[in-house]
Amino acid sequence: MIGRTLLLTLAILLPLSSEAAQADHIKASNAWIRLLPANLPAGGYVTLQNQGSSAATLVSVHSTAYASAMLHQSSASEAGGSTMRMLDRLAIPAQGQVALAPAGYHLMLEQATHPLTPGDKIDITLDFSDGSHLPVQFTVRPANASE
Amino acid sequence: MKLLRFARVAVFSIVLGAPLLLTACQQQDSASPWQLTDISGHMPDLMFRLTDDQGKAVTAADYRNKVTLLYFGYTHCPDVCPLTLAHLHVVMQRLGNLADGARILFVSVDPSRDTPEVLHAYVAAFDSHAIGLTGSPSDIEALTKRYRAAFSREPDKRGGSYDVSHSSGIYVFDASGKARLLATPTDSQDKLVHDLHLLLSPGDAK
Repeated sequence: MIGRTLLLTLAILLPLSSEAAQADHIKASNAWIRLLPANLPAGGYVTLQNQGSSAATLVSVHSTAYASAMLHQSSASEAGGSTMRMLDRLAIPAQGQVALAPAGYHLMLEQATHPLTPGDKIDITLDFSDGSHLPVQFTVRPANASE
Repeated sequence: MKLLRFARVAVFSIVLGAPLLLTACQQQDSASPWQLTDISGHMPDLMFRLTDDQGKAVTAADYRNKVTLLYFGYTHCPDVCPLTLAHLHVVMQRLGNLADGARILFVSVDPSRDTPEVLHAYVAAFDSHAIGLTGSPSDIEALTKRYRAAFSREPDKRGGSYDVSHSSGIYVFDASGKARLLATPTDSQDKLVHDLHLLLSPGDAK
């Protein structure tokens, strides 16, 4: 019974999600992941360029390669330290760009679903507030990679 | 391109990192050979009692005769700590054979998650001169207080994980354990290479 309901739900949902709009006006470049050992959380970086005429708002990210993927920001605290916080949204201005780069905006990628090694290509989908999505291929780089 | 990107990060860090430790009492006389902030006489000698990433009990005395770079962080920090360690890796590479006289001491401010095993895998992924140190919360706190390096555990996030805010300075001690220099994340690799060169070259600027 539960199985049938689930199947029915999936049958209804699947066509919907595959029809979700592609965020064609957003161009991603320099997408990479800094791989850390022992399945520690990894940072993901990418430069996003908005070629559209209106601002785009990144609201979430997801990937089959990680159980958890969040948008984060590192910043300096008052005490001269470093602190991280989770972001609900990140706006990319019309005809502008935002860089997710070390010591600033980044993706916090936790609990890899399979072991990763430098050189691997990982697909991460960026979700925007207008319901559109952008699949981006990230290159896995070693922990001590320079930018 | 690499330099440009580093410069961009550096500028970004300057904007965010303006109220950094010691900026108020920074006094550089023009004859100073140092490019980093000279803290000689302003900070106590290196002293601690911790456990290294091999599980061995160690004290500061175990690192006498090495120039040490003390940095506080934690392994569940995916952004700033790896960036700093990756920069230090480049600095060590640029120092060549001189780097054998230096050790990066990565002290965990998150001892409940950072076991010697996790720390070992972590520091080994960055540089062969890096040593992970952990210990009891009170011993770690004693060390952070000694260098006025604050840290605090942030509220738990969903799934029970949490972040730790921590000081981002790199404290440099000479081979006799005396505090000499403070580098901030905004300081360039060039400055670190320059000053470490002086500290590591026998007969120079000791």
